[in-house]
Amino acid sequence: MDWEKVGLKMGLEIHQQLDTESKLFCPCRTELTDSEPDHDIVRNLRPTQSELGKFDRAAFEEAMRKLHFHYENYHEETCLVEADEEPPHPLNPEALEIAVTIALLLNMKVVDEFHTMRKQVIDGSNTGGFQRTGLVATDGHLETPQGTVKIENLCLEEDAARRIRETGDGVVFRLDRLGIPLVEITTDPSMSDPQQLREVAYQIGQILRSTRVKRGLGTIRQDLNISIRDGARVEVKGVQDLDLIPEIVEREVKRQLSLVEIRDTLQERGAVVEDKIFDVSEVFADTESRIISSAESVLAVKLSGFDGLIGVEIQPGRRLGTEMADYAKKRGVSGIFHTDELPAYGITEEEVRGLREAVGASQGDAVVMVAHERVTAENALREVIRRAEMAIQGVPEETRKALPDGNTQYLRPLPTSSRMYLETDIPLFRIEDDLLEGIRRNLPELPSEKKERIMRDYGLSEDLASQLVKRNLVDEFEALTEFRVDTTVIASLLAYTLRELRREGHDVDGLGLDELRDAIKLLEAGKISKDALRDIVACMADESLAAEDAAGKLNLLLLAEDEIESIIREIVEGNLDMISERGMGAMGPLMGQAMGRLRGRADGKVVNRILREKIQERL
Amino acid sequence: MSYRGRARKFLESASIDVGDMVRVEKPDVTYEGMVLDRADDADDRHIVLKLENGYNIGVEISDAMIELLEKGSEPRIKLPPVEAAEDPELPDVSIISTGGTVASIIDYRTGAVHPAFTADDLLRANPELLDIANIRGRAVFNILSENMKPEYWVETARAVYGEIKDGADGVVVAHGTDTMHYTSAALSFMLRTPVPVVFTGAQRSSDRPSSDASLNIQCSVRAATSEIAEVTVCMHATMDDLSCHLHRGVKVRKMHTSRRDTFRSMNALPLAEVTPDGIKILEENYRKRGSDELELSDRVEERVAFIKSYPGISPDIIKWHLDEGYRGIVIEGTGLGHCPDTLIPVIREAHDMGVPVAMTSQCLNGRVNMNVYSTGRRLLQAGVIPCDDMLPEVAYVKMCWVLGQTDDPEMACEMMRENIAGEINERTSIAYFRG
Repeated sequence: MDWEKVGLKMGLEIHQQLDTESKLFCPCRTELTDSEPDHDIVRNLRPTQSELGKFDRAAFEEAMRKLHFHYENYHEETCLVEADEEPPHPLNPEALEIAVTIALLLNMKVVDEFHTMRKQVIDGSNTGGFQRTGLVATDGHLETPQGTVKIENLCLEEDAARRIRETGDGVVFRLDRLGIPLVEITTDPSMSDPQQLREVAYQIGQILRSTRVKRGLGTIRQDLNISIRDGARVEVKGVQDLDLIPEIVEREVKRQLSLVEIRDTLQERGAVVEDKIFDVSEVFADTESRIISSAESVLAVKLSGFDGLIGVEIQPGRRLGTEMADYAKKRGVSGIFHTDELPAYGITEEEVRGLREAVGASQGDAVVMVAHERVTAENALREVIRRAEMAIQGVPEETRKALPDGNTQYLRPLPTSSRMYLETDIPLFRIEDDLLEGIRRNLPELPSEKKERIMRDYGLSEDLASQLVKRNLVDEFEALTEFRVDTTVIASLLAYTLRELRREGHDVDGLGLDELRDAIKLLEAGKISKDALRDIVACMADESLAAEDAAGKLNLLLLAEDEIESIIREIVEGNLDMISERGMGAMGPLMGQAMGRLRGRADGKVVNRILREKIQERL
Repeated sequence: MSYRGRARKFLESASIDVGDMVRVEKPDVTYEGMVLDRADDADDRHIVLKLENGYNIGVEISDAMIELLEKGSEPRIKLPPVEAAEDPELPDVSIISTGGTVASIIDYRTGAVHPAFTADDLLRANPELLDIANIRGRAVFNILSENMKPEYWVETARAVYGEIKDGADGVVVAHGTDTMHYTSAALSFMLRTPVPVVFTGAQRSSDRPSSDASLNIQCSVRAATSEIAEVTVCMHATMDDLSCHLHRGVKVRKMHTSRRDTFRSMNALPLAEVTPDGIKILEENYRKRGSDELELSDRVEERVAFIKSYPGISPDIIKWHLDEGYRGIVIEGTGLGHCPDTLIPVIREAHDMGVPVAMTSQCLNGRVNMNVYSTGRRLLQAGVIPCDDMLPEVAYVKMCWVLGQTDDPEMACEMMRENIAGEINERTSIAYFRG
């Protein structure tokens, strides 16, 4: 696709949890827990006014759902701050320090004074009804093969509570995650090449990994901002796989282009959405359709001029009707029916005719209906009406969710900036020059620099070096190079052997640097062979043995040369016939026998040399 | 504006006011945004900008240049006007606002929570109230509850009296939580009321979506329509937003600095559990609607000392109060109602001067009994009034009120020992203290 031509503009937003001792505004640990909660709290939220007095669209919509929220509390893992039963403690300076470090690595300008803000979020994921967040730095940049990318903002904020499940009357959240420090990094939304977007996400990821951030599933989240010239800004949440970015962009562009086309057709046809909701239950009084007959009521709306357009595919497998259904589902229905896909679902042609008649739809009009309990069905259809009106205007600004196939799905309206007001319970935090300079002088090595350096200094292959960097094992590697042992052996022990052993079910996570040090020390002292290292480490892990004991138990301690000699002499004397028959040709089979008895306990080269000598003596 | 010193000069030199859009240039960075006011307890080296992305930052001004982009007006909070038609079927409830967190909004100028709402604003924030009652709002004053004084109790009592006299079927008093139980006790003594008088407040400010103000005010209005014609406190029963407890105004105390369920009935059970939709009586022994005639006895004596006993306390503290002309003393003693025997001579002196001295316990739970140990007995002999299971704060408020009613020390002593508004329970139930 010609990205320039469609006027594609993209930006990136990355959320990364920081690996601090305690949370951003309380002393609780920053670990998640799966243990049984000690206490359940039930709350309701309602939207309030910001300091500028503007009512926020997204906040209001969420409030309309009037959900109850349940919060799972712990005696040990969470405290009154997460429960919104105690004011926040002052800002965790460790978190700010990490955030500033990341900002400087991204060439950003750090603010003079950090102000904690309240960002209104009333979907229940924050007990206070707002997320605490503050701007740390602005105005940075990154270099990519496709050109310079501006990094607009870096914010330090608290992570939200963990959504555990939905209940009949609301949502259950767990408070363990609430308050874990998070940085939010946003690029300027002007990228026009999906590959560049992927590259920036990768580079930022690498930079984050060089600092004290959390690792593993759910600790980093990527969101994309995508718009085209005639479209609208759409935020795609929860992109897991960086390689999927170009696909997501392509499908979102296709969606927006299709919506623009639909808009043009609708405007040409003079399409109108009427506000009236019809009760069409009568039409389906004797229906064969089980979905319909089991519902309390069937309500419908007429969309004039929409005929044929609701069924238009806008993304692979998704239609305008799917978009409408996503809005309706927010009001608790499982889906909608529209005339572009009917007759189907056991609904007959005759019933469709009756439906059209009941709402007064003529040719060129479409009908959308919902079968559900009355109030819910009505609310759902109001959402359909709202979405249909947007279709006449074009592409709505939305927050959408990334689906695994690269499609996106409606989540909620795009938040506006008026959601922000000052968190008055936390003092302003002046970022002193001394602090800044101290951090600047001790910036961590970037992963790319680190890789280059260990390749150069230790003669490692690129593959080994990048494995060590990727797995965050460079410090361990460098610690073990104090022994005069081939660095490649150490590197592959760390980068590959341990991982293989873990995969095979050996409990190698209990092995610390000291244990590995013992094993390498044996290798340096010539007491074991490098081939035996793997089995010895496995045995150390399984049976919690010291390296030498494990080697002894496995009979893998190297024999002294005279012991090797005596074993080889035995073999040679037992095979004198073969030697006289084949001469040096007996080398091969006898080597096999020797290694069979000496494997792991003698170096192959040494065995080879002694065997050769002994055969020659007999010739 | 609250800018001062260097920051003020910096802004004035470019004729910039709060609310203006500006560009601030520093050697390595440029910001554009709206100038916001700065907390007056913060330094004068920074100005506050609200950037386009909604974030506030502080910008150090020593190496900054500022340029006006656009004049603006200082942002103000505007709320839609309330227009509620009276429903003749519903009772009339008056909401009297005295300030505090239940009626407050964020003030970005000082960076603190401040009382700013009128009682009317409560209604704007809680339109559901109109389903329970016809609401009349009135702001008596706007005061943080830590700044309350006995003279404000009087003013509050008069305002409530006025509303009842004007026909209110119940009165809700919005009050800061810190000293709510002092004021509720004061009104318990000052007012005989034929209708409910319900105090309420909030532990989480009403500017936030999670504020407890909303449930508290709804339950309070519900309680104000009930049959319980006493002065009560209505606040969250638990940390859940599900129901409130209605506490007798003389048997309640703030027991936690921050939790929503901070108010607990002490040496008593809550009178009722209240939801916005209904009320469940927990304690049948209450005064019913209409059983009393409306009456106001609002004279108080402010020169009453409230003194906590502690190891090493000096008799000088009591002596000083006597020299300063204090007319009554309430001691928050230890255990069953004790203080060091070094205080006994000065307490006797007070008694002889006609200054009543009352004894309560800092244990809060349980009742004083001054016959068990010799110090107690000696204190009794020195003229100390044992306050039974009365809370120390209630005894203090009661002393202020009693001395407003009589100049006769004997009479005052008698009134202190008499159960006037439910402040003394003869019986101590096992259910009152859960450890």
